[in-house]
Amino acid sequence: MFQLLRENRRWQGFLLILPALLVLGVLLVLPLGLTIVTSFAQRDVDGNVIYSFTLGNYWRLLGFTATGWDDLYLKILLRSLALAFQTTTIVLLLAYPLAYFIARAPQRRRNLLLFLVLVPLWTNFVIRIYAWVMILRSQGVLNTTLGAVAGLVGLPWQPLDLYPSQSAVLIGMVYEFLPFMILPVYTSLEKIEPALYEAAADLHANALQTFWRVTLPLSMPGVIAGTILTFVPVIGTFVVSDILGGRQVILVGNLVQRQFLDARDPPFGSAASIVLLGITLVLTLYYTRRFGLGEEIAAG
Amino acid sequence: MVGYAVELRAVWKRFLGPAGETVAAVKELSLQIADGEFFALLGPSGCGKTTTLRMVAGFELPSAGEVLIQGRPMGKTPPYQRPVNTVFQNYALFPHMTIGENVAFGLQMQKVGRQELQRRVGDALAMVRLSGFERRRPKQLSGGQQQRVALARALVNRPQVLLLDEPLGALDLKLRKEMQLELKKLQREVGITFVFVTHDQEEALTMSDRIAVMDAGVALQVGSATQIYEQPNCRFVADFIGETNFLEGNVQQLQGGQALVELPGGLLVWASMAQPVAVGKPVTVTVRPEKLTLRPLEAPLANQLQGQVVDQLYIGTDTHYSVRLASGQILRVREQNNLAALRQWAQPGDTVCVRFAAETASVLTG
Repeated sequence: MFQLLRENRRWQGFLLILPALLVLGVLLVLPLGLTIVTSFAQRDVDGNVIYSFTLGNYWRLLGFTATGWDDLYLKILLRSLALAFQTTTIVLLLAYPLAYFIARAPQRRRNLLLFLVLVPLWTNFVIRIYAWVMILRSQGVLNTTLGAVAGLVGLPWQPLDLYPSQSAVLIGMVYEFLPFMILPVYTSLEKIEPALYEAAADLHANALQTFWRVTLPLSMPGVIAGTILTFVPVIGTFVVSDILGGRQVILVGNLVQRQFLDARDPPFGSAASIVLLGITLVLTLYYTRRFGLGEEIAAG
Repeated sequence: MVGYAVELRAVWKRFLGPAGETVAAVKELSLQIADGEFFALLGPSGCGKTTTLRMVAGFELPSAGEVLIQGRPMGKTPPYQRPVNTVFQNYALFPHMTIGENVAFGLQMQKVGRQELQRRVGDALAMVRLSGFERRRPKQLSGGQQQRVALARALVNRPQVLLLDEPLGALDLKLRKEMQLELKKLQREVGITFVFVTHDQEEALTMSDRIAVMDAGVALQVGSATQIYEQPNCRFVADFIGETNFLEGNVQQLQGGQALVELPGGLLVWASMAQPVAVGKPVTVTVRPEKLTLRPLEAPLANQLQGQVVDQLYIGTDTHYSVRLASGQILRVREQNNLAALRQWAQPGDTVCVRFAAETASVLTG
């Protein structure tokens, strides 16, 4: 037995990945398989799952219900997608300049700045999102501050009706996922040799041309990693929309959660999560193919 | 009239040091580099040579003084508007672009038309013997090839001045020797002014038309390789370029551009004056090992020092001797082995005479 292990590299390799295989098998493959199977099942009146084969759950998601056309679920899907795109775009636009600033700061200040980026993550996620309720609600920090300023200047002031709303959800998600964009973008910007900026300037490129031709292409691995790290969790989130959307803003994540916990309809919830998984997978694969993840990382 | 390709007028560069103090990297440096010249800035690390080059390129602005390129004051002109291009120390090739894209970059930024661009990129790559490498990536090339790409990428823009920052520093010895010759040949072909930073004195001597030897932000001596080697104007230059012997003494007498110097122990030697000196002043006489010859003990003559051979090293073309003088000082002597059997007569322990001609030795103050 030991002799075999000592000589056979394949067995050694297998032994090394065995723990990971077990974890993935038990915690990923098995539940995923169960979800897929359940998504084709039905429920009885008591909420028990009856294993059969029906595409009914998927038709219902697309709007074909027993009582006729209803685009409720399609709207939820589209809303989730739109919100995920908005969040990712805004996070990228906010994170990139900040990451650039940190990457070009003196070595000693860089660590401090990165530390500041990470500090919020020490507080529990739910607490931080609740803090945004305090800030955004009609009598909250934002409105009282703006109201006081308006009063001082003598302008008429109408409190902003931000909470609960979809804008509040957007603000909360941008806030939550900013560090997950800053860090990978920073990492790839920091790896760019400063001499390359000088080489571009030496070859008659101005600041804008240098950015488009040198900085941005070389930071693409970080941008790609950051967008995936933002987009994928955002499209499936339910906590932020629950807290800041106040039951008004229902996303796919909320739909899945409610089908399992409130409506006691696991087959329909499973179908929704499989559709979500499919959308995420297709978009991510398209995105990484389009922008050539492998090659960029290999070259960087 | 076009004056010099590059001119520096009393240029200072001060930096803020780590403790908040001001450090001058370049001190009132004035240089004139002629059109078409191969000019080297030579000195130990931290002497200000790279800072000087960066001020010409525009990456640093002088704290005081003026940099002129082709007679035009540069002021605060940014690097991308200066008629110069740089070959960087580690080449700084764009890793995400092919060789062709790297070389084409400068032309694209200057909005050169597509046909002309392709022709010039092809010519530039042919010039550095890298035709057919257009589609490769920098990482797929050897160090020497990357170096040549960096050259092509700079020269394709036809700069008025090419700046080279230790361009051969990252290459191994054999490749460096090859590239030295190649660079020199290339410079003659294109006729562009090359300003070249190096800490390698041999490299500077073999390649340059003129050399500025720098130390602590000051250009100590500017001149041709021969001038700098044969007539160093100070102790630092004599010591930094090649090997040399120093003899401390006092001036006794002046005569026709030569000085009679009394060494410790009453020995008298004649040496030519590189700088004006006065009778009675303490001076240093420098004389290079190959200018010294060993003779069997003879009657005392001028410029003849008596000593004992303490070491003999045969290295084929030459034999190196160490000779200890009565004062205890060790002189290094290098004799060519024209007739090997005859030349190696002096053995460790022998008492010999060391001779040199007055013209080959220089008197330096300090």
